[in-house]
Amino acid sequence: MKSVYYNNDNPHYQYVLGLGDDCLVLGQRWAEWLGKGPNLELDIASSNLSLDLFGQADLWLGYAAELQGEGKTADDLAMLRDAPAFRNHWLCEQPNSDWGVTTARMVMFSLYQYIRYERLTKSSDPRIAEIAAKALKEVTYHVRFSSEWCMRLGQGTEESHRRLQKGVNELWRFVAELFETPDWERDLADKGIAVASEDIREEWDQQIADLFEAAGLTRPESTGRVIGSRHNGHHSEHLGHLLCEMQFLQRAYPSTAGNVW
Amino acid sequence: MVIHMDQKRAEAEIWKTLETVMDPEVPALSVIDLGIVRKVSVTETGGVDVDVTPTYSGCPATDLINAIIKAAIETSGFDDVTIHTVLSPAWTTDWISEDGRKKLKEYGVAPPVGQAATGKAALFGVSPDVGCPQCDSKNTEQVSEFGSTACKAMYRCLDCGEPFEYFKCI
Repeated sequence: MKSVYYNNDNPHYQYVLGLGDDCLVLGQRWAEWLGKGPNLELDIASSNLSLDLFGQADLWLGYAAELQGEGKTADDLAMLRDAPAFRNHWLCEQPNSDWGVTTARMVMFSLYQYIRYERLTKSSDPRIAEIAAKALKEVTYHVRFSSEWCMRLGQGTEESHRRLQKGVNELWRFVAELFETPDWERDLADKGIAVASEDIREEWDQQIADLFEAAGLTRPESTGRVIGSRHNGHHSEHLGHLLCEMQFLQRAYPSTAGNVW
Repeated sequence: MVIHMDQKRAEAEIWKTLETVMDPEVPALSVIDLGIVRKVSVTETGGVDVDVTPTYSGCPATDLINAIIKAAIETSGFDDVTIHTVLSPAWTTDWISEDGRKKLKEYGVAPPVGQAATGKAALFGVSPDVGCPQCDSKNTEQVSEFGSTACKAMYRCLDCGEPFEYFKCI
């Protein structure tokens, strides 16, 4: 059954939109740490991670708007859509909770993003390839940062280990969705434009297994079941709250023509 | 042919002008030292096209840098200036000139060490040996992966005790 929000009329647009929404939503989560990071260095790190991701979101959504062909801008897509129109993964929208959960989310997602971007640098669509090449450099740093924190917490005190393991356990149910591959994505991948998500599962599994072993973490059993689907506009309730805060100003005081924020 | 010569001369003049346009976040470096100006071309009608590449996709100074480059060229007598943002090939710290590295060090920021690592080394590799810009000691430690801007990390010298910033390698 197709939901009213399902739209595969323009898979190329949907695909690029998904790449951008992941960056935007995860970037907003990192921005929420601003002013309350565990220490000054991490507070600064959080806003830097956020900036990188917003920069990437701007590039992806700018291109998505072109593919959509309705004369919209990256800002329109970021600020004027409601939750069911977002195409980000559920993992990205999960709340920060504590540094353990945040670290688990970031290491799982940035590694996924790294592998995806690395392959997208060879996309037959030159725009996708150049944005991926630019973003890959930044995401490499994100993987380093989050895997170092994974080691530090995993091998730190009993409490730090407990919190990180709790983060991994809580978020593991969102892993299956990362590799969900709708038919249209497979078609795009066959054309060399996209990366079929299921094709990167093996590499991700291996890298996560190595990292978890080094950090002394236990890998939860996966049910392999996808909860809801971003492609049908399904999200956890957390996305609506996130958008409320992110989009409030733009919606309350909309920019008029030619008068952009 | 005469026009062609004039265009070349104008381009050389613009490159010279750009050497005085400083990065607002690292004011020791000009946009030329930083290696972010990819191309300058002057058309037959005197229009100027400049290709600029961002350092980081989220660098908040990008718009400002484009604006001051445009302003500097306009001030030097060209009124039809267009700035184009180009992404490819992606900027890396290898684009920073030798002169730029020297200026960074004098400014108190350790310049990037070696080439940007790729593959697994970049993901899980050890941090490079960064020299202290004050006393040149290699006995330093990383305090934080991120500093005051996205392009820098925080370090501390274990010999002279001075904290300093390191322009990271990407």
